[in-house]
Amino acid sequence: MAGSRDPSAQDAAESAGAVATQGRASSGDILVAFLLLGATSFGGGVVAYLREALVARRRWLDDARFLSGLELAQILPGLNATNMSVYVGERLRGARGALAAVLGMIVPGTIVVMALGMLAQSQRHLPDVSSVLAGVAAAAVGLTLATTLQIGRRQLAGLRSLAVVAVTFAAVGFLHLSLVIVLVTVGPFSVWLYWPRAGGERGGA
Amino acid sequence: MLALQVLAVFSLLSILAVGGGTAVLPEMKALVVDRFHWLTPDEFGRIYSLGQLAPGPNMLMVSVIGHRVAGYAGAVAALVGFFLPAGLLAYAVTRVWDRYSDSPLKVACERGLAPVTIGLMLAGTLALGRTVIDSADDVTIAAAVTAILLAVRINPVFLILGGGLAGYLIGS
Repeated sequence: MAGSRDPSAQDAAESAGAVATQGRASSGDILVAFLLLGATSFGGGVVAYLREALVARRRWLDDARFLSGLELAQILPGLNATNMSVYVGERLRGARGALAAVLGMIVPGTIVVMALGMLAQSQRHLPDVSSVLAGVAAAAVGLTLATTLQIGRRQLAGLRSLAVVAVTFAAVGFLHLSLVIVLVTVGPFSVWLYWPRAGGERGGA
Repeated sequence: MLALQVLAVFSLLSILAVGGGTAVLPEMKALVVDRFHWLTPDEFGRIYSLGQLAPGPNMLMVSVIGHRVAGYAGAVAALVGFFLPAGLLAYAVTRVWDRYSDSPLKVACERGLAPVTIGLMLAGTLALGRTVIDSADDVTIAAAVTAILLAVRINPVFLILGGGLAGYLIGS
């Protein structure tokens, strides 16, 4: 990966950093680490589990690199958890590392949720199973709301960002506009709103 | 054939999932329930909630949707569709990411897309609530879970299980 870079001093420094990260783990190590994460990260919030295991415990990458990856994961489409897996795996061991990390992240949970799905389907006519699932579903709504409020604490506090939140929410939640339409209209508009301007206010929510 | 349709639908959702799984829930429901009639709203909500009980990303429940629609081929199609396009994009961007660490576009994208993401996640929560909340008891359970999670640090999986227990006690 270093070979494709411009030979500027900054890139040389970055490549040195990449080399330091590269080679800390084999594809096998990565697969095992992510299988463990994929099998034990209950309750959502996978990114917190990732940070604990990869930065704090195994020291495969430092916090700065982890946060840089998190920015990438949040800007791009896709789940933060799998985007982060791609990023960390690539940084550690290239394409094979990325593949090992993603597979490790998704295979254990897929097996569990498929088993739960088949169990629920086969027992769906039992009134008790139906009651339990209704309670689980209601709790899931509460969890999803809490997660949204926690992640969005900053965005819900500032006037400018709150306006964007409200427009997006209304467009999809009440006007039922297609997500594509909302993303290609509100998305660029909001990015423009936050474009750093000379002399203007910078940053903040 | 049906599996190919599943692959197409989830590939589209993969690329649209700016802000993650919850953000794309309304669109997923619109396609899976309203457009293709693969599931009833109730089934969709129940499958989503199963995802909260499994480890790893909640959205692994797309495999269950695929399985209901087109068997094991459908499960694989849903997973490949939902994870491959976004994964390839993440891989491509990872390789050039450090070169643009301080670009204004990156900073503006990050700040500008954050409130869009929150709006989409709220819409996702609303779509989910409309689907699965159909009694005062459900409202109570959901509100209690939200309040507890905002007040104390606790692994949410215990509250999901608690919701199941509450549902059982209310139902029996």
